[in-house]
Amino acid sequence: MANKSVWSDNRFWQRSAAWVTGFAAVLLIWLTFDTMGQISMGTDADLQSGVTKRVPGPTVINYKISYEMSTKRGLEVPVIGEKEKFFGRDDYSEKEARALLHLGKLGSQAKNCMNCHTLLGNGAYYAPDLTKAWLDPAWQDGGTMQAMTGKSTKEEAMAEFLQHPSTYPTHSRMMPNLGITAEEAKGLVAFLKHMSSIDTNGFPRNFGRMQGAVNGK
Amino acid sequence: MANKFTGIGSESKQLATWYFTFAAILFGAQLLFGLVAAIQYVMPGFLFEVVDFNVARMIHINALVVWMVFAMFGSVYYLLPDETGIETIGIKIGKLLYWIFVAAIVVVVLVYLLVQVGPATETTIWFINEGREYIEAPRWADWGIVVVALGFVANLWLTGMKGNRSGIVTVLMADMIAFAGLYLAGMFFTDSIVMDQYWWWWVIHLWVEATWEVFVGAIAAYGLITMIGASRKVVEMWLWIEVAMLFGSGILGIGHHYFWIGTPEYWWEIGALFSALEPLPLVAMFIHVMYDWGKQQGKQNASGESVSVINNKPAFLWFWMNAFGNFLGAGIWGFFHTLPQVNLYTHGTQFTSAHGHLAFFGAYATILIGMMYIAVQGKNGIKILKHTKSSIWAVSMIVGGVMGMTIALTIAGYVQVLVSRAQMGATWAGYFDGQQGVWFAQAMDWRLLMGVITFLGFVFLVKDLLSTGKNPVHER
Repeated sequence: MANKSVWSDNRFWQRSAAWVTGFAAVLLIWLTFDTMGQISMGTDADLQSGVTKRVPGPTVINYKISYEMSTKRGLEVPVIGEKEKFFGRDDYSEKEARALLHLGKLGSQAKNCMNCHTLLGNGAYYAPDLTKAWLDPAWQDGGTMQAMTGKSTKEEAMAEFLQHPSTYPTHSRMMPNLGITAEEAKGLVAFLKHMSSIDTNGFPRNFGRMQGAVNGK
Repeated sequence: MANKFTGIGSESKQLATWYFTFAAILFGAQLLFGLVAAIQYVMPGFLFEVVDFNVARMIHINALVVWMVFAMFGSVYYLLPDETGIETIGIKIGKLLYWIFVAAIVVVVLVYLLVQVGPATETTIWFINEGREYIEAPRWADWGIVVVALGFVANLWLTGMKGNRSGIVTVLMADMIAFAGLYLAGMFFTDSIVMDQYWWWWVIHLWVEATWEVFVGAIAAYGLITMIGASRKVVEMWLWIEVAMLFGSGILGIGHHYFWIGTPEYWWEIGALFSALEPLPLVAMFIHVMYDWGKQQGKQNASGESVSVINNKPAFLWFWMNAFGNFLGAGIWGFFHTLPQVNLYTHGTQFTSAHGHLAFFGAYATILIGMMYIAVQGKNGIKILKHTKSSIWAVSMIVGGVMGMTIALTIAGYVQVLVSRAQMGATWAGYFDGQQGVWFAQAMDWRLLMGVITFLGFVFLVKDLLSTGKNPVHER
């Protein structure tokens, strides 16, 4: 047995494989616990007292959201500013806002958005990324998409487009009609607004090159 | 010493051929709907509001995942009698589960095609589609898949425990239970898109960059023993080293999906480090195949006989394509955009799509096609299975077609990175500026052409798999 080296011993490698796998799995589970704490959704109280959460609570739809360069972190972060009307109201209760977000998230899956668009950069590449769609200049006052739908606010413009996408062809590649109702469209816009408030570590970079936004104003 | 079981008379091997047959049908469906989606990039009006891109793309990627799962189950049922020396336990239940699985998949695809989308309710999630990339199957089908997978894992475990439990079987037993268990992480609804994607990646990433890769290592080990008579001891030692390297890098490599979905910044470092290590086992696997092949052929030549040691030419060629394609598609094309500094601009562009095409093909399609050839050899009791004109055309056109698509999509990805991302900052307008670029448009034309070539290669492949068993050219 003098010539037998541990490096050519199957049992040694079998045990090594088991240890390495176990160690990596334990580390992943430990990191998952930490991450779960950091990505749990915030509450209305957090928003009112200005506590920054990576994923704010659903009532973030009552506020103005902007995307600004943080000199401290060296990347762009969503900034939640003053109150802003959403479909004419800025006083959605936690329950109402959660119901809208629930409807919107269900809608995003039921309408299979992800097999054309990307959400947080994941999905298909046939249509624009929706991560910060709420902040897209095209939907703002004076933006091309808002003007096209003839609506006076961006949430109404987005909801109108979602209900009748092929009525508003922007390019030869069009969004098909997915049978989205007015209520579902409202939920989807709430879902998009909420998504734009998520801290995505600066993705996408230079979004829309938004000029002049300071402190959510 | 190879081929101690011809495969004739083994129920497990018979079930394997059923699995391979349905896998090949779904492979065809994958390519057809891929072509529909590719045509829509070039002619956006094609089947508009009939079979829209989201439907075509959903079937394209779902058929991909499911045909691979079918071929993986088939591969295990095929090799079990050889490895354990006994007939697979519970094979009757295995056959019943097969038909349940097939019926469920047919219903799911028909609903995708005919119903497509539903209202924003839980009912849609349960009965039409779940709307989550790769695992769109509605919830009822999720539970069906869990039952079928548990039955499959039970058959594997019972057979492994009763028969001779080789290193390959041990790896498969551990790997398949993780593979089935991870599916559960993708079976719940949450209002938070961040939570949703966190757990969604547990299924997708820990399948294709961990458990599926280990599965490939085990199948490659079996193939080397079966096709060129490589030494089991050496092959299994390599297999254990590969398991350590694959899981050691792949499990925490999941971090590269957590850069931008709302998860903390520390995933940048973890994801970058471990996913940068992911190509290493793929290099090792390629070296391993070349080493064993050279060693066996060298031994043969030294004995004065200069005939090839390979007893199944097409299968070995596909296994070799796997060893190289896994390294190229998963390793190189994956490493291109795995560092966060790069991924900030490439995430969610055709770059990902280029990597996806070459990686799924190189890492999985190739070796599973190889297993189909091994099954053809076994089923027909052939001693040395040789190439035919069709097998050569099939491999050339499929490999050439997929490489062509990958290069085209990579160029398209560059346009998106430069125009839509770096210059325009990923807005709606920026997106379409990129899509309308000349280089992007030409890349999409080339991708369609290469897709057609891939599909023609698939026709040759099916023809060859169906006819080569009766071809008199082989040694029996």
